[in-house]
Amino acid sequence: MSHWIDIANLADIPQRGARVVKTADGCVAIFRTAEDEVFALNNACPHKAGPLAEGIVHGKAVTCPLHNWVISLETGEAQGADQGRVSTYPARVVDGRILLDLSFLRARVPA
Amino acid sequence: MTEKLVVIGAGMATGRMLEKLVDAKADYDITLINAEPRGNYNRIMLSPVLSGEKTYDEIITHDDDWYQVHGIATRFGCFVENIDRATQTVTTSTGEVLAYDRLVIGTGSKPFIIPLPGHDLDGVIAYRDLEDTQRMMGLGSDHKCVVIGGGLLGLEAAAGMAARGVDVTVVHIMGHLMERQLDEAAGYLLRKALVDKGITVKCSANSKEILGTDGKVQALLLDDGTKLPCDLLVMAVGIRPNVDLATDTGLAVGRGIHVDDQMVTSDSKILAVGECVEHDGAIFGLVAPLYDQAHVAAQTLMGQPATFVQKDLSTKLKVTGCDLFSAGDFAEGEGREDIVFRDPARGVYRRLVIKNDAIIGAVMYGDTADGNWFFGLIRDRTDISEMRETLIFGPAYQWGTPLDPLAAVAALPRDAEICGCNGICKGEIEDAIAAGATDLGALRATTKASGSCGTCTGLVEQLLAVSLGDEFVVPAAASVCGCTDMTHEDVRRMIKGQKLTSMAAVWQECGWKTSCGCHICRPALNFYLLADWPLEYQDDPQSRFINERKHANIQKDGTFSVVPRIWGGITTPDELRAIADAADKYSVPTVKVTGGQRIDLLGVRGEDLPDIWADLNAAGMVSGHAYSKGLRTVKTCVGTDHCRFGTQDSTGLGIKLEKELWGSWTPHKLKLGVSGCPRNCAEATCKDIGVICVDSGFQISIGGAAGMDVRETELLLQVPDEAEAIEVIKAITQLYRENAKYLDRIYKWMNKVGLEWIETRIAEERDALVARFELSQSIYRRDPWADHASKKANDYRPLANLALEAAE
Ligand code: SRM
Ligand SMILES: Cc1cc2nc3c(=O)[nH]c(=O)nc-3n(C[C@H](O)[C@H](O)[C@H](O)COP(=O)(O)OP(=O)(O)OC[C@H]3O[C@@H](n4cnc5c(N)ncnc54)[C@H](O)[C@@H]3O)c2cc1C
Ligand code: SF4
Ligand code: FES
Repeated sequence: MSHWIDIANLADIPQRGARVVKTADGCVAIFRTAEDEVFALNNACPHKAGPLAEGIVHGKAVTCPLHNWVISLETGEAQGADQGRVSTYPARVVDGRILLDLSFLRARVPA
Repeated sequence: MTEKLVVIGAGMATGRMLEKLVDAKADYDITLINAEPRGNYNRIMLSPVLSGEKTYDEIITHDDDWYQVHGIATRFGCFVENIDRATQTVTTSTGEVLAYDRLVIGTGSKPFIIPLPGHDLDGVIAYRDLEDTQRMMGLGSDHKCVVIGGGLLGLEAAAGMAARGVDVTVVHIMGHLMERQLDEAAGYLLRKALVDKGITVKCSANSKEILGTDGKVQALLLDDGTKLPCDLLVMAVGIRPNVDLATDTGLAVGRGIHVDDQMVTSDSKILAVGECVEHDGAIFGLVAPLYDQAHVAAQTLMGQPATFVQKDLSTKLKVTGCDLFSAGDFAEGEGREDIVFRDPARGVYRRLVIKNDAIIGAVMYGDTADGNWFFGLIRDRTDISEMRETLIFGPAYQWGTPLDPLAAVAALPRDAEICGCNGICKGEIEDAIAAGATDLGALRATTKASGSCGTCTGLVEQLLAVSLGDEFVVPAAASVCGCTDMTHEDVRRMIKGQKLTSMAAVWQECGWKTSCGCHICRPALNFYLLADWPLEYQDDPQSRFINERKHANIQKDGTFSVVPRIWGGITTPDELRAIADAADKYSVPTVKVTGGQRIDLLGVRGEDLPDIWADLNAAGMVSGHAYSKGLRTVKTCVGTDHCRFGTQDSTGLGIKLEKELWGSWTPHKLKLGVSGCPRNCAEATCKDIGVICVDSGFQISIGGAAGMDVRETELLLQVPDEAEAIEVIKAITQLYRENAKYLDRIYKWMNKVGLEWIETRIAEERDALVARFELSQSIYRRDPWADHASKKANDYRPLANLALEAAE
């Protein structure tokens, strides 16, 4: 069953930017695109666990700050020649507030 | 017996409903009450009335005759004060009590007025009705007006007044105009068109206070201190459903009056239509859905089945010469894909948003003729997989026509300057080509075009291609990245030549193939824009690599390093103590002396950065920019102060240089060294810019390197005194920043343009270069750590901490 919880104002994340949410099993990165969509991904690059929240966001992708892997925000898949995938979690915006699905987060596997 | 129908509000929605009832000869005794002293008119056409393209008479939809012929009793200029549901009556402002069997509420919405200090001054108005329109029409060409709000209404108001010669400024809080309907690229084109009409547009501008004298508006004050004088201030920042009557009488109300699919409110005798309603969570601001509601309400009143269904909407702006179209949805949602098409020469931009092989949103600017075709595809959820490749070209181009990339060059006039360095115009190049110079080398030899800094090479090649046709094959130059076919040089030329001052402007005018660039082009564009337009362009942290965004170097474990500036390598016991205290307080695992004569605190947690900076700031230290493509260190030796060989005060000059240059952004990092004599203990001759002090003055050399390449600097010139040395170094820095490709160190740039070219430019333009350097430094010579620690500390903290919750 989903259990949406209110996290923060959409405006707390810059467009084409990200912030993290701490959980017991490490951080989840919340991304905001230029179109004001939000995406939640485990904050650890499939390559060498680089902090994706610190990357450059473009279109619906983020470039990892450590070695430039490009990760799809929608699927968590590494793009292009690189192979790997990071977990994604349901996130949405309602009336300018960011909501995350707590039940989904609880089920997350420690990174 | 004929039932009594009372209608509150003669608006666009109720007007349409009455027509339907009349056409169907519905059996009702109708009374229409309207607060405005007039009947139904076409509110959306107020804008053409304002601009003078139409008169009020032309936009009346129902005149007195019409009401009379159809037996509708009217009460205009009088409003309903309350509804009594128990007795089924309404009371008007004239004290009249009217009984109803069925009641329709169509009270529209109220413009939202931001409660700024001074919002109640005379001369502060909204844009909603004929009275507002007339206030604006009353302004003459010697007047100034400020419009707050860069949405549809605000822009129509602004354009209408501008057409009457009023001096109009639009103040918009968001980064681009009409952000709810347009993306950045289209917003940029729209802004350009409005500016061409003489309208001043200020985006990302926050209103602080409305100033007035004797109760009359005088100016708008922005929170950056700008004062915008005005005789009239129009607030067009949004609307709120007008629900007062419904709330007072106890109907179910959310953001609007709740209605079901038949437009019936929580009281079965009462219906509501128009902008005052809320249906299935949505409220409305455009007429198309209101007309559907009007139809359903009429059917319901006549006992016929009908259901209101929400549909996709499209928007156009009624401003002559601003051709834009927006439909469907860009916000929220997953699994979407963009198709972007730009024709910079014609100022055309098109973008489609695709999901599951159907178009769900479209934005267009410049050429919107196909808007309705796309809108149809959106509404019908048409499967577009078959025509995906050519879709963006519209219905007429389903076979696709390749664009001519040379058209823009061909269209340039003969006196257009192509080569800025040598002042060569298009005509001279064409003549040289006609005279037999048919390749780049020959052209350079005969005209000098592209022979100096080389940034116009691409353009010269395109001219060759235009003149020679198939005989000339343009050599493929490396483009910036996959988002564009242009080279760095082409893009820099466009930014300078076309005065492109925003990222969106570059994407549009250079025909970017993606909607918002990528991690390769964005940092480069951000640098070019701030280097060329320090005042106009605002640095975009989101287009910077993390080190520059967070002013610290990221480490492989996601922590950061902190390197305070140690001017010229000179420090004090107090500074060292403060560094030691900070290292203790934030449990810094490694403290290292760097190769740049300063101290690196490695392994600081991201969320501690603002705090450790604040502590270092308190001890008088600032960012060392160890992370930037900008000034890093100025290494010095001890010089005359202590050394028995020293010829000049090398330490002092190093510190002065560092204080003048710090904070500046450059194409790549910039390192300086100042040695007190040719023994060169500061290793100045392997720095980007090196100074060797000699008895007769200062030898300035450039283009050293000691990283992946090792190179010795080459002597540029010798100057007799310290002040001149500083001037020359500022001029070099500015020349480098204005001309080099992003990520070229000075030595790489020098390889391309030649030391001789740099020498000449410094000799001829030193003062102008220094002036431009200073202009830019007036903005960037400041400590980002202090700024972030005081204003942006929150951005470094987690958004939320769910560690406890998840553990439950
Ligand atoms: C800390 C330091 C090494 C040290 O322990 O001494 C250092 C550390 C790094 N250097 Fe360096 N360089 C340091 C002095 C140098 C020097 C020596 C100097 O400046 O006198 C050089 C050679 C001189 C030169 O620049 O030509 C040097 C040539 C490089 C290069 C190669 C540049 C090139 O053009 O070939 C890189 C890579 C780059 O910038 O792309 C680099 C990049 C780096 C980075 C930023 C790697 C990275 O991108 O993460 C390292 C960051 C460490 C951190 O997290 O703080 N570092 N680096 C030195 C900091 C100096 C300072 O106080 O700011
Ligand atoms: C300048 C302008 C340009 C626009 N351009 C467009 C456009 O291009 N395209 C588009 O789709 N939409 C446009 N709109 C929006 C469109 O006009 C509205 O969506 C539409 O008019 C709403 O219709 P309505 O019937 O709900 O309310 P309204 O048309 O606002 O009518 C409501 C009426 O109710 C009256 N009233 C309120 N309270 C009471 C009361 N207690 N007693 C009696 N009467 C009362 C009001 O005086 C008003 O006359 C524009 C709006 C404006 C102002
Ligand atoms: S030499 Fe290599 S490993 Fe050492 S600090 Fe410089 S970049 Fe890092
Ligand atoms: S850790 Fe992300 S690319 Fe290496």
